[in-house]
Amino acid sequence: MSATTLSFDAKAQKAAADAVEAAFERSTGFWSGVLRKLARDPVALVSAGVILLLILMAIFAPWIVPSDPYKTSMINRLKPIGTEHFPLGTDELGRDMLSRLMVGARLSLFMGITPVLIAFLIGSAIGILAGFAGGWLNTIIMRSIDVLYAFPSVLLAIALSGALGAGIGNALLSLTIVFIPPIARVAESVTTQVRGRDFVEAARASGAGGFTIVRVHVLGNVLGPIFVYATSLIAVSMILASGLSFLGLGVRPPEPEWGLMLNTLRTAIYSQPWIAALPGVMIFITSISFNLLSDSLRSAMDVKN
Amino acid sequence: MTDAHTPAAPKCPPSPAAAEAAGPSASAVGSATSTATTPVTEPAAGFATAATKVSDAHSPALASEPPIVSVRDLTVTFNPGKRPIKAVNGVDLVVRRGESIALIGESGSGKSVTLRSLLRLHSERRTVIGGQIDIAGHAVLSLSNRALADYRGRVASMIFQEPLLALDPVYTVGAQIIESIRRHEKISVADARKRALELFERVRIPSPERRLDAYPHEMSGGMRQRAMIALALACRPQVLLADEPTTALDATVQIQILLLLRELQRELGLAIIFVTHDMGAAVEVAERFAVMYAGRIVEEGPTREVMHNPRHPYTLALMQSRAHGAMAKGARLASIAGSPPDLAALPPGCAFAGRCVFAEPRCHEIQPDAVQLSELHRARCIRTDATAAGMPRIEPATV
Amino acid sequence: MDISSKPRQVHPPLIDIRDRGGPAQPMLRVRKLFKHFDLKKSFIESLAGGGQVVRAVDGVDFDVFKGETLGVVGESGCGKSTTARLLMHLIEPSGGEIIFDGETVGTPGLSLREYRRQVQLVFQDSYSSLNPRLTIEDSVAFGPQVHGVSRREAIGRARDLLARVGLEPRRFAERYPHELSGGQRQRVNIARALALEPRLVILDEAVSALDKSVEAQVLNLLMDLKDAFGLTYIFISHDLHVVRYISDRVMVMYLGKVAETGPAEDLFERPLHPYTGALLSSMPSMDPDQRTQEAPLTGDPPNPINPPSGCRFHTRCPMAEPVCAEQTPTLASVRGQRKVACLIHEIGSGHSQADAAIYAA
Repeated sequence: MSATTLSFDAKAQKAAADAVEAAFERSTGFWSGVLRKLARDPVALVSAGVILLLILMAIFAPWIVPSDPYKTSMINRLKPIGTEHFPLGTDELGRDMLSRLMVGARLSLFMGITPVLIAFLIGSAIGILAGFAGGWLNTIIMRSIDVLYAFPSVLLAIALSGALGAGIGNALLSLTIVFIPPIARVAESVTTQVRGRDFVEAARASGAGGFTIVRVHVLGNVLGPIFVYATSLIAVSMILASGLSFLGLGVRPPEPEWGLMLNTLRTAIYSQPWIAALPGVMIFITSISFNLLSDSLRSAMDVKN
Repeated sequence: MTDAHTPAAPKCPPSPAAAEAAGPSASAVGSATSTATTPVTEPAAGFATAATKVSDAHSPALASEPPIVSVRDLTVTFNPGKRPIKAVNGVDLVVRRGESIALIGESGSGKSVTLRSLLRLHSERRTVIGGQIDIAGHAVLSLSNRALADYRGRVASMIFQEPLLALDPVYTVGAQIIESIRRHEKISVADARKRALELFERVRIPSPERRLDAYPHEMSGGMRQRAMIALALACRPQVLLADEPTTALDATVQIQILLLLRELQRELGLAIIFVTHDMGAAVEVAERFAVMYAGRIVEEGPTREVMHNPRHPYTLALMQSRAHGAMAKGARLASIAGSPPDLAALPPGCAFAGRCVFAEPRCHEIQPDAVQLSELHRARCIRTDATAAGMPRIEPATV
Repeated sequence: MDISSKPRQVHPPLIDIRDRGGPAQPMLRVRKLFKHFDLKKSFIESLAGGGQVVRAVDGVDFDVFKGETLGVVGESGCGKSTTARLLMHLIEPSGGEIIFDGETVGTPGLSLREYRRQVQLVFQDSYSSLNPRLTIEDSVAFGPQVHGVSRREAIGRARDLLARVGLEPRRFAERYPHELSGGQRQRVNIARALALEPRLVILDEAVSALDKSVEAQVLNLLMDLKDAFGLTYIFISHDLHVVRYISDRVMVMYLGKVAETGPAEDLFERPLHPYTGALLSSMPSMDPDQRTQEAPLTGDPPNPINPPSGCRFHTRCPMAEPVCAEQTPTLASVRGQRKVACLIHEIGSGHSQADAAIYAA
């Protein structure tokens, strides 16, 4: 035989490929495997269900609220839970709590998810670049990131929002900046790990350039873990956003938002403690659902299980 | 490995047996000390001859003595429930005092699982163990947790393939040995250190005084393996379980450790169960071979008989697939077709039948019983008549 | 150099247009290849200068002839795996020259990209060397696509190669690495290396992690493929039996240097370097009646961070004399195709046995 046997007759090859195409045993892909595992995990199902309900509630809130969330009524101030027309009572200005909680989900979820999503895109890009490049570029990028990382996230968010001024846009911006460093860190460490694996070496040995290697071999292996980490930040983001609103740096009254509601209701903590706690309960349910879902996602993505 | 570390750390409760054992082994340590000035690893010529006499003199006498390790119908199943993995399926094993036996097999043969069962190292939650294990009068499978802790290290202790994982990285090697001695024996730090030093000399670590104060990562691979052996011997066990102890070592270091194990077995009267995939290493250490496949011992006998006259088709194929002393260069190696069976779906008949060149239809139906080939040589195969002539040079299909 | 007399040699025929120098020209010439790693622990330390240097590969010279299998043996720290990565330019050499079929790698005559097409590497760890997120046909097809082959054609080629390495494409092509056994994954790695139609394949401990019975299957496969595609192999392993079996010539390395090279049978029958001899007698005997009585060497191989002066092996060498600590032996031809770096085999080296050994030769 000669060394040329490896040069394939392209036509014959195509014909052969066509012939076998239909008969191939399809193996389950990675992501469908993950979904299958998630579907078998009761915790994942419940938390995903809760999140789905919350999102649906947020989307359709304006049409399904039982009464106007902005309508104040001096005579109906701080009605207890279970009062007629006000199943969850009223706040300090006599507005329907149920309606306000439902509408409040819109801003709260938005403030929870959006900064994390943007930070996920920017942070992953920075981290993957640093991790894949290695060397001095890595040092420069990661040391700059560390400067931001050195501040406690709450403090950083407050300082940035304070400097930029109150308002939803500025709160979003400051939260995004707060979340970029941790995501970039995780992205960098996962990428550095993958970069050291033999299959990346093998890709380099076959002459592939850096961009191709990142696209084909790195992204698929790092985006999953980064995404899992990012979902766990959604809960943090919601709590930070609530905190900013609580301090008057985020959403402004009379806009319903859970953090802000917690703030304004604090005066009622002695007269109607249950009502004052309601926005906190919503924040708690939402953040714990995101955390549980990201935990389940993490274990479902572990190939070894 | 990590979870194995804690239980494997020798614990030596004060016991009459330990005190008794102190006499002879202390003298053995003494003799090693005197030779420590000569080049470190070579056993002095005197050793070998003396040792041979010892083992020769013992074998007939020992036959009447009850065995120190006796395993009956051991079964180990992981992950009971949905998809049970039957890792060990009825292993019978008898080891006499001072005897060394090699459990040989490839990955998935159940050799390491069997070994770990002897110290009950498997997670109790996910493992079901059946059968009986008796080691020096201890019914291992029914020991209470406390008794188990006493048993581990004192009666039987274990050395691993990768000492770096089995030794604690934050303590010096000496501190780990001293701690394990002092945990259960009421002796002073100074005395414990003296004993640790003797152990280091015993396993022939050069400049032992200095090495006692070294951290595991500061030692080379061979030194670490010696240190782990010293740690395993700290409480004077009667049985040493070795799980691929030389696999990760370089060739020139591996042979040193193999010779050390042989020497320790002879001089301390240790029973050694040596788990390996490497027949060559096993030949150097073991007097008896037990070849495992799919959780069963398929052939068992004195090393010489198994090596010169293998009768189970798997043993035969294993020996012929080695490139060692290969036939004419360029000749193809006799490979075993296929791959080992799925332990979660074992066939009803002989597990090797699917890859066996001698297989008959009934091999796939019944589980073969052990055939007694000589006084001590047994094989679980119904075609031992065919294997007597050796392996036909058939080229099995590669998959 | 008559390599055509070897029974298994199958020369790439002259119609291989990539063959520039003909069969007499070595496929690969390696000259004074160096790799020193700086061990600077921190920024401050690097400012202070100094720092330790690992001499992983320290001036290695060797040739690989067309159509042969060169076995490379040695213990941990001898630099055999670093050499493999240097040959692939996966790590940059600190110095030295790699000449592939008459052209220096990295010059206009032979770009790194073109060179990597003709030289491929198979790794030891069959799992780590496959991307867990890609099907095996995608892994095999990746290389050709990098070099401009259409995806469709690359997949076709991948399936053909999978069939050649004994993995029925219908059953295996679209599986993921974790669904295969170790032996099957190593077959995939071999197929992946062959997908670029290389002329030289470097096998870095490629069968070491496999069970013996599977190892035999893969060794048989490697020999079949070598004949079928006219390949040249560099076979790196710590297992002397396997190296002896598969190699035409063998190179023994110790602490970043070549100790000895020569035709496999001759080298294993009559080792010249004391290290080769020790390595050979360290192999377990396989005969219960001829057990090893004495370990040929004591201690572990020294650390390449501060290698011994003179001959690197003198600290463990049973034949060492004071001169060995001072004088560095050169790798020189002794007889036939044998080369050895040992003062015993150097005329006038000052070693007491030098002249006797040369006289005997």
